[in-house]
Amino acid sequence: MQATLRFFCMAGLLGLIALFPLIATDYYISLAIKIMIFSIFALSLQLLVGGTGLVSLGHAAFFGIAAYATTLLSPESGAGNLLWLLPVAMLCALAYALITGALALRTRGVYFIMVTLAFSQMAYYVFHDTDVGGGSDGIYLYFRPELRLGENVLLNIDSPYSFFLFTLGCLLLVWAFLAMLMRSRFGAALTGIRVNEQRMRSAGYSTFNYKLVAYGIAGALAGISGLLYAAKDGFVNPELLAWEQSGLVLLMVILGGSGRLWGAVLGAAGLTLLQEAFQSQALFGDWSAHWHLTFGLCIIALVALMPNGLIGIRAQWRNRRRAYAPLAVSRSEP
Amino acid sequence: MTDVLLSATNITRRFRGLTAIDQVSLSLARGTVHAVIGTNGAGKSTLVSVLAGELAPNEGSIFLHRQEVTSWPQPRRARAGLGRSYQRTTIFPTLTVHENCRIAAQANHQAFWNWATPASKCKASNEAADHAISLAGLESDSAQIAGLLSHGRKRQLEIAMSLATRPSVLLLDEPLAGMGSEETDRMLGLLASLKAEHAILLIEHDMDAVFRVADEITVMVNGRVIAHGEPQAIRDNPEVQTAYLGDGE
Amino acid sequence: MDPVIFLIQCLNAVQYGLLLFLVASGLTLIFGIMGIINLAHGSFYMIGAYMAFALQPMVAQYAGGGFLVTVLLCLLLATLLGYFLEWAFFSFLYRRDHLQQVLMTYGLILVFEELRSLVVGNDVHGVSPPDWLAGSVALGDVMTYPVYRLFISIVCLVVAGLLYWVLARTRLGMMIRAGASNREMISSLGIDINRLYRIVFAIGVALAALAGAIAAPVSSVYPGMGNSILIICFVVVVIGGIGSIKGAFVAAMLVGFVDTFGQVFFPSVAGVMVYVLMAGILLFRPEGLFKQG
Repeated sequence: MQATLRFFCMAGLLGLIALFPLIATDYYISLAIKIMIFSIFALSLQLLVGGTGLVSLGHAAFFGIAAYATTLLSPESGAGNLLWLLPVAMLCALAYALITGALALRTRGVYFIMVTLAFSQMAYYVFHDTDVGGGSDGIYLYFRPELRLGENVLLNIDSPYSFFLFTLGCLLLVWAFLAMLMRSRFGAALTGIRVNEQRMRSAGYSTFNYKLVAYGIAGALAGISGLLYAAKDGFVNPELLAWEQSGLVLLMVILGGSGRLWGAVLGAAGLTLLQEAFQSQALFGDWSAHWHLTFGLCIIALVALMPNGLIGIRAQWRNRRRAYAPLAVSRSEP
Repeated sequence: MTDVLLSATNITRRFRGLTAIDQVSLSLARGTVHAVIGTNGAGKSTLVSVLAGELAPNEGSIFLHRQEVTSWPQPRRARAGLGRSYQRTTIFPTLTVHENCRIAAQANHQAFWNWATPASKCKASNEAADHAISLAGLESDSAQIAGLLSHGRKRQLEIAMSLATRPSVLLLDEPLAGMGSEETDRMLGLLASLKAEHAILLIEHDMDAVFRVADEITVMVNGRVIAHGEPQAIRDNPEVQTAYLGDGE
Repeated sequence: MDPVIFLIQCLNAVQYGLLLFLVASGLTLIFGIMGIINLAHGSFYMIGAYMAFALQPMVAQYAGGGFLVTVLLCLLLATLLGYFLEWAFFSFLYRRDHLQQVLMTYGLILVFEELRSLVVGNDVHGVSPPDWLAGSVALGDVMTYPVYRLFISIVCLVVAGLLYWVLARTRLGMMIRAGASNREMISSLGIDINRLYRIVFAIGVALAALAGAIAAPVSSVYPGMGNSILIICFVVVVIGGIGSIKGAFVAAMLVGFVDTFGQVFFPSVAGVMVYVLMAGILLFRPEGLFKQG
């Protein structure tokens, strides 16, 4: 009974979301699409941080590489074909993830954080300093890709509404895939590795292989969000791979709460809206030009006050109210 | 005819000038409990780490089931039948007892690329987990969150997780640490029942327990083996008495 | 390659490496002693440079002082800033895990950047070296080398020497070294941990700001300078081993040479060479060349 009720609630919510563009202006549709793209991006990082215990500060590299791959491989005179463009963009991100992951995963803890940052910086420099991608000015994607089989156009996502639905579909697929992955034996092993890698090794798991494959999957999924980002505004520049971007998506995962998948979506929505709010003249007047200041202070405050993210707030509050807290074991962790 | 499952010859391990273990040799045969005792800092835990594959020895060789495994990393040795429990409890506190054992058991049924089937549906892992839980006597707590168990039960779970992979050799690092007398009895009973099918290496400080359950004893002081033999012989050994037992236990 | 040009490139490499060492040593010290990973460390470099730029006219006008006075003033202000920041902000980070430190210092970078923007603006500024250091030294028949770059190297070497002396020969240094290898021990030895941490942090900030101040005439003063040097410093610390000053020195020199000669031989992919070096070292020594403890 519980399960069917939940199912219908979910379906209803989904239906409402799908109908959202009918009542919203173009600005809000665009904002919603942006939130969904970053949700996919954050979900892919969630696999690493919350699922495997790997804190990467270089995840933007895969986002940007896929975005650039999409733009560079799309024809200038017409729409590209998603049928091969999407897999190829993901493949580029996957390749970089596997190569850099094989090296980065030899390190742990703080070293890992620094090394992932360094590898994303390396990719940044390739796009910023060389002619590969038009340098620091960035490049344009002139036609949004479509899905074609031979001569037939199966899916055209030019209109905001169709692009909205397409992005929503991608988000749901990625979410469902990750949920399935974490429930599988592979995902259970990742959970064990996150809690106690040594224990897993003593049981017989070759933990490096698990971490590497997880890193690759995360990179490929980030690639999906990269393609969508390129398709959304038609413009990509090296800042997509900058470490500010990596820090931002990491913030999304943590502020949402790294214990559950939907924490990433929550964090993506929250942080995107926060950024919009701080940049809005209506809310902050003159200070909106210096939104980095308000945003930065907000980040510090949020991390300081909500170490378990939005998801953990309920448990945090509950723990504070208890006069005597027995072994604070929470079932919210997978 | 003793069936030697694990043998180590002339193991030496140094850390930046300090020789933690020096030319240590021992063997584990099926059906025996081989206890290693020694003062603090004698190198016992280092020895277990080297045997398990967590540390590489500077010299010496290790054979598991008559196969040389000295260069094998720990996971490979574990899959070949080498199980290990830790001195500091390493269970997964937020999972149930059954889930803890299942995750350990799953190591033999990893299905690395099968991402569709949920882990909870893996029959083989579930059965191995159930078997390990019953061996360790934890059936009544099977659905209990591991972090909420008493210390003694947690140590039992630690053993159960090592058993879940159906190893033939067990390296137990101070399984009785912090246990009361009742729990100790239960644990010793468990070890006695496991003896028949396994070769067990036991690191322990509790001398009474050691003499109750061990078939042979190796004594280590400052990284070297100073005595090896049956419990009575060790008890009567004057060197051992001065170095270890004589200091009031 | 012409031997004189080779010498020039070597001098450049050494100068760049020494500057990196100054910044990286602060970073590795702070992490080694206090266990804090500070993303905002590059901002101190940037603050030092902008301070030198902004204070120079004021120092000239009110105190009649020149370049050296400005640099010393920057050093003093940076030390005070570091002392204050540790008390006001960073002391709260000790209990947090590395992830939270990363995110909070990430927020701090945004705050620093914006504050700088409000106080001195976002323009790129050239800073000219003082007259008495503006000349060139002759190398061989045709080539010359700027005196100021030699000055930078000399200052960095002196500071490095001072750092070594403090660490190896003074009581403070002994406490710092003890703290690097065993943080829990020093507090149990009755040493005032809070003051030690504050001093170490202030030293780290001062080193970075000094580097920024003296580098200004060579690299100019621009908004992104803190971030770009931070990441290179991370590479230096990874290669050298966290917590090791010696490692930071060796790694900084390595990076200096790889980057400088990389620009000479592979100009199109120069920015990438350092990361290739890091990747190479990781293959063989995942914990750095001189891992601490």
